[in-house]
Amino acid sequence: MENQYAIEMLHITKKFPGIIANDDITIQLKKGEIHALLGENGAGKSTLMSVLFGLYQAEEGVIKKDGKEVHIKNPNDANALGIGMVHQHFKLVECFTVLDNIIMGVEPNKFGFLQKKEAREKVLELSEKYGLHIDPDAYIEDITVGMQQRTEILKMLYRENEILIFDEPTAVLTPQEIDELMHIMKNLAAEGKSILFISHKLNEIKAVADRCSVLRKGKYIGTVDTKDATIEELSAMMVGHNVNLHVKKEECTPGEVVLDIENMTVASKMHKNNAVKNVSLKVHRGEVVCIAGIDGNGQTEFVYGLSGLEPLVSGKITLCGEDITKAPIRKRLLSGMSHIPEDRHKHGLVLDYPLDYNCVLQNYFKPEFTNKFGFLRKKNIREYAEKLIEQYDVRSGQGPITIARSMSGGNQQKAIVAREIDKNPELLIAVQPTRGLDVGAIEYIHKQIVAQRDAGKAVLLVSLELEEVMDVSDRILVMYEGEIVGELNPKTATEDELGLYMAGAKRDEVKA
Amino acid sequence: MIKKILKNDAFQSLFASLICIVLGIAIGYIVLLFINPEGAGEAILEVLKNFMHYSKTNLQIKNFGNTLVKTAPLLMCSLSILFAYKVGLFNIGAAGQYCVGICVSLYCALALGMGWVPCMIFAAIAGALYGAIVGLLKSYCNVNEVISGIMLNWIALYSTNMILMNVKDSTSPYTYHLNIDSQNAILPTLGLHNLFEGNERVTIAIPLSILFAILVSVVLDKTKFGYELKATGFNKNAAKYCGMAEKRNIIVSLMISGAIAALGACFLYLTDYEQWSCTSAAVPATGFNGIAAAFLGGLNPIGAIFSSYFIQHITVGGSYVDKTMYCAQISDLISAIIIYLCGFVFFIKYAMNQLIDKSEEKKALKAKAIAEANTQEGGDK
Ligand SMILES: Nc1ncnc2c1ncn2[C@@H]1O[C@H](COP(=O)(O)OP(=O)(O)OP(=O)(O)O)[C@@H](O)[C@H]1O
Ligand SMILES: [Mg+2]
Repeated sequence: MENQYAIEMLHITKKFPGIIANDDITIQLKKGEIHALLGENGAGKSTLMSVLFGLYQAEEGVIKKDGKEVHIKNPNDANALGIGMVHQHFKLVECFTVLDNIIMGVEPNKFGFLQKKEAREKVLELSEKYGLHIDPDAYIEDITVGMQQRTEILKMLYRENEILIFDEPTAVLTPQEIDELMHIMKNLAAEGKSILFISHKLNEIKAVADRCSVLRKGKYIGTVDTKDATIEELSAMMVGHNVNLHVKKEECTPGEVVLDIENMTVASKMHKNNAVKNVSLKVHRGEVVCIAGIDGNGQTEFVYGLSGLEPLVSGKITLCGEDITKAPIRKRLLSGMSHIPEDRHKHGLVLDYPLDYNCVLQNYFKPEFTNKFGFLRKKNIREYAEKLIEQYDVRSGQGPITIARSMSGGNQQKAIVAREIDKNPELLIAVQPTRGLDVGAIEYIHKQIVAQRDAGKAVLLVSLELEEVMDVSDRILVMYEGEIVGELNPKTATEDELGLYMAGAKRDEVKA
Repeated sequence: MIKKILKNDAFQSLFASLICIVLGIAIGYIVLLFINPEGAGEAILEVLKNFMHYSKTNLQIKNFGNTLVKTAPLLMCSLSILFAYKVGLFNIGAAGQYCVGICVSLYCALALGMGWVPCMIFAAIAGALYGAIVGLLKSYCNVNEVISGIMLNWIALYSTNMILMNVKDSTSPYTYHLNIDSQNAILPTLGLHNLFEGNERVTIAIPLSILFAILVSVVLDKTKFGYELKATGFNKNAAKYCGMAEKRNIIVSLMISGAIAALGACFLYLTDYEQWSCTSAAVPATGFNGIAAAFLGGLNPIGAIFSSYFIQHITVGGSYVDKTMYCAQISDLISAIIIYLCGFVFFIKYAMNQLIDKSEEKKALKAKAIAEANTQEGGDK
């Protein structure tokens, strides 16, 4: 009988200090199938994939490719076996161009001379074929997270890998891009490639995956045919109880203005034009205002300008009646601004610090955490971290002393969200706050955001996720090419209408 | 249990440092063998023996004191480099800042007749300002600190040569001795010299340098300031995001680094152990050896105390090598080889981890094979 499995991972066990990340897990990937991996944050999905990709060595278990046992000691072995991986957190060289990153390690050469032109053509061709829209000459540090993701995908396609691992590829993509990616994945599977696909978004799994394996707290729960399972069943299987996928919230009662932005213009790093053009908006107490839009339309720069990470070209920002246009970042934070950043690794965390140090990243100088001689009160820091961990269910191997780098992506995000919300701000700027979180955690964070609103705080949500936008916000502002092109009421607007604004097909004159 | 110890970070650092030392000595020995096989064994022993070269105890102790005197500045330089390194900066300019320290301390002592306290204060200020140049260039003009540091090293050297011309005899390239002109610029011994057979060079510089190591360790690990600096070093963007003045931190840490290096210079030159030669063609090696000492000490201030001593020990030891068998530079060569190898601490640590992983894997495989064999046997029956 011919072997029908491209990859089998049998009885894999992988331990980390304080935690068994994978406990006797078995999954089998059929040839040409799209196999989804589902599980809560910290369930061990990335770890399992890293074992397959040779980044970690399992303590127990066997990996078989086409029925034969293989030993994958490092990513090079994996590559040689045709296994490619797009990591949850990208592995790109910031100061290199997109093209350089794609061909790195497999540079085409003639007599030792780099044949960049050839590579470039191949890359452009692939990019065209799969509609990835990349600029091969842009530098990684200058492009958005979405584009970095696409670079990673191209990297894998360029290497002509047969077994493709996508670790949460869609967490950073826009709905349109996700549709495209789904399409690409189906095409790839049809071409005979086998795909392992991690996602927290159940509808995506329903849409593309043939089968789905579920992990919970490091243990294997089961594998189901996706066409036979409902979204509710899947989420119950994953979390262990039923999840409410929609946020329940009361009518909003906006109070006075907390944030007032007048004619904000922010320069772009990528091109000569301004990324944010003349944007004016107000956020009131007790409302969630959402900036919707397709990735790369100036949202990132808008938040940079607002939080002080980049200077404004012109405009004025008033927070609680105080002009903070030129205020340094610390001042803004102290005047009641909280900011869940878009890129958790770039801004949100000091990855080499333990979790407890990360929990006080903006408060470490306050008297609770530093005594009057400038010494840290480590005990208080630890206790504070323990409180946040408990309250927000941040899971990690060793609690407060876990180095942030070793935490699962979703739990890193939870730690940031916990820190920012717990500061009890006047204005909460949440950029993609639920990126990479499991449904249970999303439910929890959404509730927290609504609770902030109900407590009379102003919330400015920046999200690429249509569902989140429609669900959580009280008012939607659509940003297109750096301008606010429409204001919608989530109760009356449809997703299609929102989509038209986001694509730039429709626009109103919006008065702040 | 043993595995746990093997995987412990502190143990690994220590172990890796020891391996580096042994490797360095071995390679040094091989080089000596090549040059002149007869004296090699003896020569390498001399390097290691250092002050034990003398047979009389009082001479041994006195010379041990001399090694300590020269360890103090080296320790300061390694602290200087280590401190900047924690903020993500490679302060190769420590050598120049050390040189500035020499210049200012000697000038204040010899030309202006100041006491040792103001001499040290002015030297520290000068070193800090010199470090600030690197910091300003780095944070405002994005000039790499290594490049500007190296340039400034040369500027420091020639300025020092020029300025100290004023405090020397026209017949000699060396600056005046401190004991003739300005007694009160010499660091007090507080009776320490009695412990070292009356070696007057043994001054408070030695305990002070150890105090500095402890201070640096405390600042980095226990204070708000250290928290900020390390955060900036690990992730500049996150430091900015949470409102730390990351530009200011870069400048301040280089200023502190510069001040420490300059104080290191005072710790040697204000004991009158050495005089500056105004024809020097290179900055003193102490600043660069500080890099090796910092790495050999596992980038830990307390570790730096021991690594600095070791490096100084072999540097001085090198001078006892028999000069009839080897040329005069051999001492520098041997110590340089050992110091060079010290830079490999992190590589060795990495290699060690790889080895541990591999052996674990092998063990697992073996265990599995045995288990499989057992089940098969069971099946056969
Ligand atoms: N290198 C490491 N060192 C120590 N612990 C680790 C390491 N990598 C992962 N872990 C731990 O193993 C567990 C599983 O992590 P993993 O990244 O596999 O989760 P995940 O299922 O991918 O979650 P998410 O959806 O949040 O990405 C987590 O508790 C994490 O803290
Ligand atoms: Mg993960």
